[in-house]
Amino acid sequence: MASGRVILSPSKFNFVLERLTHQLIENYGDFDNTCIVGIQEKGVRLSQNLIKLLESKSDLKNKIEFGKLDISFYRDDFRLRDQPIKVSPTDLEFSLEGKKVILIDDVLYSGRTIQAALAALQDFGRPLKVELLVMVDRRFNRQLPIHPDYTGIVVDALDEAYVRVVWGDDKNDHRIRIFSAENRKV
Amino acid sequence: MSALEMSTKHLLGIKYITREDIDLIFSTAENFKEVINRPIKKVPSLRDITIANLFFENSTRTRISFELAEKRLSADVVNFSASSSSVKKGETLLDTVNNILSMKVDMIVMRHPAPGAHAFLANHIDVNIINAGDGTHEHPTQALLDAFSMREKLGDLKGKKVVIVGDILHSRVALSNIFCLKKLGAEVMVCGPPTLIPKHIKMLGVEVSYNIREALEWCDVANVLRIQLERQDIKYIPSLREYSSYFGIDLELLNSLKKDIIIMHPGPINRGVELSGDVADSEHSIILDQVENGVAIRMAVLYLLASKRNVIKA
Repeated sequence: MASGRVILSPSKFNFVLERLTHQLIENYGDFDNTCIVGIQEKGVRLSQNLIKLLESKSDLKNKIEFGKLDISFYRDDFRLRDQPIKVSPTDLEFSLEGKKVILIDDVLYSGRTIQAALAALQDFGRPLKVELLVMVDRRFNRQLPIHPDYTGIVVDALDEAYVRVVWGDDKNDHRIRIFSAENRKV
Repeated sequence: MSALEMSTKHLLGIKYITREDIDLIFSTAENFKEVINRPIKKVPSLRDITIANLFFENSTRTRISFELAEKRLSADVVNFSASSSSVKKGETLLDTVNNILSMKVDMIVMRHPAPGAHAFLANHIDVNIINAGDGTHEHPTQALLDAFSMREKLGDLKGKKVVIVGDILHSRVALSNIFCLKKLGAEVMVCGPPTLIPKHIKMLGVEVSYNIREALEWCDVANVLRIQLERQDIKYIPSLREYSSYFGIDLELLNSLKKDIIIMHPGPINRGVELSGDVADSEHSIILDQVENGVAIRMAVLYLLASKRNVIKA
C-alpha cells in the first residue's frame, strides 16, 4: 500500500478519541433521550469505538441507543459519480421523533454526505436536535454551509488530497493518513 | 469483492445478465426491503427520472408492484395500457414508444405479448428498458423475486432442489426461473402434463417429471404455475378438472410427503385447480412474501439501471 503521510499517530489518535468522549459526556451526561447515529461505513466504525469508550468511562453500559444509517439512496450525486456507490444496510430500529441525535462520520469534506444524512434522518422522525461529530474536518473544502459540533482534528489540504482514517486491528494501531493526488487511488 | 454496478443497461431477461448482477440486485433489494418497512417508505434516489409503464397486456400485480417501486424511489410515473390507446388505431410499437419518449421519459417498463419486443426496442431507442413480461419468453423480475424469496427461507440456493409445476410451455415465469436458478447453482425440475412441457427442455439442464408426487418428494421448493387458459389456442389438457386431479396440490398430498417443502406461486392463483385453498393459506406457502419482495426487487432493478444512465454533466 502506498504510504501516504501520517498526520495523526496512534498515540495521539487515542487522545483525540478520549477528548471527544469527554466532550460528549460533558454535554449529554446520562444520554437520556439521546442516540448516536453512525453513517455507513466509516462513521459506524468511529461510533462503535466512541461508544466503547463512553461505556468504559461511566455507567452507560447498554444505555446508549445506536443506529447505523446508509445514505446511498439520498445522495445528490447519484449518477454523477465515476464510481458506483456501494450500498450498505441501514439499521435504525428506533424512532428519532423528539430525540437528540449525535450524527457521526469520519471525514467531513464537501458536506454533501451530511446533507444527505440529514435528509435521511427525517424519514425516521423529527429529531429535537442534531449535532455532528467528525474525526477529521477538512474545513477549506466545503461546498455547503455545514459545520461540525465536535471535531477530532482539523486538516487544511488541497482539494486533490485524500485524507483517510485508518482503523487498525488493535486500539493502539489507529491513525490518520493524508495522500497526495497521485496516491489517492490506492 | 462483488460488483457495484450492473453489466447491462437493460433488463431484457435473466439470460442476458450475469451471476454477479443477480447477487448485486439481491444485496440492493435487501436494503430496499428495510426501506419499505419504515414508517416513511420513500427515498429520493430517482427524483429526476420519469418512468413510463407500458402494458400492452393485462396485469394487476406486476403493474402495481412496479408502480409502487417507482413511487417509493420518488420517480415520476406515467401509465399506459394498450386497451385504451392508439395501438388499437393501428400505431406501430416503435411509433408509440417514440411518441412517449419525445415527452422526455427516461426509463421504460414494458409488458408485451410478443416475445422479443423488448430486444427489438433496445436496438432502436436509447432509454433503459425493463422487461415486465414478453409473451411466452421471459419475466425476469418475477424470477428474481422468486429466487430472492427462496434464498430468504433456505439461504444459499446452491444445490437446492426446485420443481416448477404446471404449464411450462406457455410460461415466461418458468423460463426466467430456470435461467435464474441455474445461475444460482440450484437444481431444477419441471413437472406437468407432457403436452405442456416443451420437447427439448432438457437442453436447459433441467430434469423432467410427469408425476407430481415424485417431483414433490424430490424438491425443497415447489413453484406452482397457473394454467394459462388465455394462451391455449388448442386443447393441451382434456379439462381443468382432470389437470387438477393429476397435478393439483392439496394439503393431504403435502402432509403425506417425507419432508416439509416450500410452496410458491407467481399469482394469480386458480384456487382448487393448481393449488387447493388450504395449501395457499398454509404455512408451507410463501406467496405473500413473494409479493412483498417483488417491490424491493423492482426498486433494486430500477435503482441499479438508473445509475447506468449518464445524466447531463453541467
